[in-house]
Amino acid sequence: MTDSREIIAARIRDAAKHKTALQLLGGNTKAFYGRSIQATPLCLAVHSGVVEYEPSELYITARCGTPLNTIEQIIGKENQMLPFEPPHFGPAATLGGAVAAGLAGPRRASSGAVRDSMLGVEIINGKGEYLCFGGKVMKNVAGYDVSRLMSGALGTLGALMSVTLRLQPRPQCEHTAVVPETHADAIHKMNAWARTPMPITATFHDGKHLYVRLSGSSSAVEKCLSAIGGDYIEQSEHFWTRVREQTHEAFASDAPLWRIQVPPSTGPLGISGPCAMEWNGALRWYATHTEASTIREITCQADGQACRFRGPVIEHVFNPLPPALLKIHQRLKHAFDPEGILNPGKMYPQF
Amino acid sequence: MIKLLAKVPWRKTGRVSSWYAQNSVGMKMQASLSELTKRFCQVLPEDAVLVKEEQLVPYECDGLTAYRQVPRLALLPATCEQVQAAVSVCRDLELPIVARGAGTSLSGGALPHPEGVLLNFARLNRVLEIDPQNRTATVEPGVRNLAISEATRPYGLYYAPDPSSQIACTIGGNIAENSGGIHCLKYGLTVHNILALKVLTVDGEIIELGGKHLESPGFDLLALMNGSEGMLGVVLQATVKLLPQPHERKVLLAAFSHVRDAGSAVAAIISHGIIPAGLEMMDHFTIQATEQYCSPGYPKDAAAILICELDGYEEELADQTEHARQLLEQHQATDVRLASDEQEAEVLWEGRKAAFPALGNLSPDYYCMDGTIPRKHLAEVLEEIYALSGKFGLRVANVFHAGDGNLHPLILYDANEEGQLEKAEEFGSEILQLCVRMGGTITGEHGVGVEKLDQMCVQFNSKELQTFFAIKSAFDEHGLLNPGKAIPTLHRCAEFGAMHVHKGKLPHADLPRF
Ligand SMILES: Cc1cc2nc3c(=O)[nH]c(=O)nc-3n(C[C@H](O)[C@H](O)[C@H](O)COP(=O)(O)OP(=O)(O)OC[C@H]3O[C@@H](n4cnc5c(N)ncnc54)[C@H](O)[C@@H]3O)c2cc1C
Repeated sequence: MTDSREIIAARIRDAAKHKTALQLLGGNTKAFYGRSIQATPLCLAVHSGVVEYEPSELYITARCGTPLNTIEQIIGKENQMLPFEPPHFGPAATLGGAVAAGLAGPRRASSGAVRDSMLGVEIINGKGEYLCFGGKVMKNVAGYDVSRLMSGALGTLGALMSVTLRLQPRPQCEHTAVVPETHADAIHKMNAWARTPMPITATFHDGKHLYVRLSGSSSAVEKCLSAIGGDYIEQSEHFWTRVREQTHEAFASDAPLWRIQVPPSTGPLGISGPCAMEWNGALRWYATHTEASTIREITCQADGQACRFRGPVIEHVFNPLPPALLKIHQRLKHAFDPEGILNPGKMYPQF
Repeated sequence: MIKLLAKVPWRKTGRVSSWYAQNSVGMKMQASLSELTKRFCQVLPEDAVLVKEEQLVPYECDGLTAYRQVPRLALLPATCEQVQAAVSVCRDLELPIVARGAGTSLSGGALPHPEGVLLNFARLNRVLEIDPQNRTATVEPGVRNLAISEATRPYGLYYAPDPSSQIACTIGGNIAENSGGIHCLKYGLTVHNILALKVLTVDGEIIELGGKHLESPGFDLLALMNGSEGMLGVVLQATVKLLPQPHERKVLLAAFSHVRDAGSAVAAIISHGIIPAGLEMMDHFTIQATEQYCSPGYPKDAAAILICELDGYEEELADQTEHARQLLEQHQATDVRLASDEQEAEVLWEGRKAAFPALGNLSPDYYCMDGTIPRKHLAEVLEEIYALSGKFGLRVANVFHAGDGNLHPLILYDANEEGQLEKAEEFGSEILQLCVRMGGTITGEHGVGVEKLDQMCVQFNSKELQTFFAIKSAFDEHGLLNPGKAIPTLHRCAEFGAMHVHKGKLPHADLPRF
């Protein structure tokens, strides 16, 4: 086998032998996410191409170096989409990078996270061994769920070679209602609507206005638009792309950007600085110079999590893990990557 | 309900003891039963420590009745603190621990260990909190699946995964098996509907995974716990996602003269962008059995029927129902009926729900399989299963979750007849290997347990199995939790000697296929 997979496996085996830390790179569009590390780059973008795609089966298998754009174009032609609406953060974004980062976009609250769409993976672990888990069917409980474990692991458990993802049909029609709303009222409204069967597939509050995307048949969408009231944006795809890619003006601040997750109906957190909200209030973006420790204290009290998404280097990008959890993480890391060569320290300083 | 506890004559045949002989954990010097009782009575109320034969027999098997084994003793803790104390005694004495919810597992997941403790969660059955604002419920592990939806109904909310055992099975068992149900095509499996878990590790530590917020940093251990068959930790508490009750539902029934047409109708519905809440298939034999049992009024001559349930927002539903009906007709449905009201819808579902007991009525025993395949191979696989039925001389009925390609072939046999059980198992094993060859998996929702250990060797190679062992030991170094289940030893696989069909992969797998 002389394909790029074999070359990558050989590089990893070699690095393991010499205990050389590797930094796994896809399109290098999300390198800002997580802790910054110094290690020998290993480029995975070369391993690209769609392996299998059958629209009626609602899944796609592709090599992880495939550009996200390519995937979205191919499945878009068949009126399908990635359920988790991943941010690209640049045209070079790859499928593998999206899965390893585990970041979901506006559709998260209605269609699930990256991990919820994971059906199978092929990886090369830290010993340079090629392994397959999961498959291409929706239901699969044979063995532990290693596929989902890979999403959001930031490449610390293995180099993703290919993944199989569940797809979703594109809704017939999507419009977005726009209503002026304060931060606190927006939280209240989003959560009240979430308790109804209205086909809401995204919400965004930019500080002044609440945007509510409705998806489905035109009759249903129109009825909900009038139930919500206010103005509306027709064919709102472009708007949601700007939210997803954070090119919307709500993200324009130069202050460090915090990605805060709380139970959706949590009231205003009282962190200073502008706040944008998504996911019915479960995701709150704060551009703020407030101390990390203060932010963590406030979010902990709200039973939430705070991640420093963008900004100057800090020690803890994510909430530190309690000791019992840290121990399990370290052991799992050891199980997949005994020499600790794959993106060491990318997620936590200890592994 | 099927006969969960039907008596079988091979109870003491040594099938189980030989299985455990291969899977025994290294035990400390064995403590006597009276010493054990004393230790556990120090931390649990006396009535929570069961040691007498007649107290233990009810736990000798789960839904997979072919395997039976009484545990050394059984415990019935009523609080998390009691569970913690009990586990700590087990750790000190190196006693294997098998957790048990309702014991409806169909793969032997809750089969006791002869040297170990059975930890029964029946008394941990409280709904701790319903949070309508955040649309969550927090429950103890022994809460029954259906009890969650019953408790949350007054708020207009429900818990979506609905295994057909839902009146009995517990959320702890659902998590361990990542259970599905009729509606998981649209609403996902257990893993998609669990927001947070409180887990007791065998080291005695409590870890909290997830929360009412959507995502947590670190590895996705929450996902890993789902489907881990009680091997990684003991679930003490779960927070589940609740959904608003849909406006309305529509139920269609379509009859077909050929299984092949029914199969392509399934693919057509999905590829036209319709995701039904449920899409179930029943074959000719099952239709006949059900008609005999409860006469739901299914077309008796049909080779197969599909039941298609759509739900959602009122306006959307009308459009989708019409579209689905057209697709069914285009795929040669000989008859398509739409339930005109809720009562008629119930009747259409009644037959599907009664299918297992109806088949149970026709045969002393049956063996339920659980392979999953890509939808496009439905007809081909069903035809092959019928051929195998001829080869083994055993009848087979198919009633299953067609929408997600999850087959449940029911092999009918008579355990009292010499050799029939073995034949049924061999038949089942061939079906599962067929599923793997077709690019599917050996278990969609019932788990591996003790039942499908051999077939695991077909689906995974030794490096992959070693990864599973390493994951297990990251949580449970000494292998005390449900030892011997779910992941076969390499030794066992060598004995099984199956040729490794690598993920049913096609030749030239490297070429793009659009
Ligand atoms: C008639 C019938 C119909 C069924 N229909 C379906 C169906 O439609 N879909 C489906 O997916 N399954 C179905 N099943 C299978 C079964 O009901 C499910 O697997 C169910 O989730 C098991 O739950 P239980 O409470 O009975 O668990 P048990 O059988 O008691 O245990 C199952 C596993 O869970 C572990 N476990 C239990 N509690 C805990 C805990 N607190 N912490 C850690 N581990 C624990 C046990 O150790 C064991 O490994 C059916 C079974 C029957 C008998």
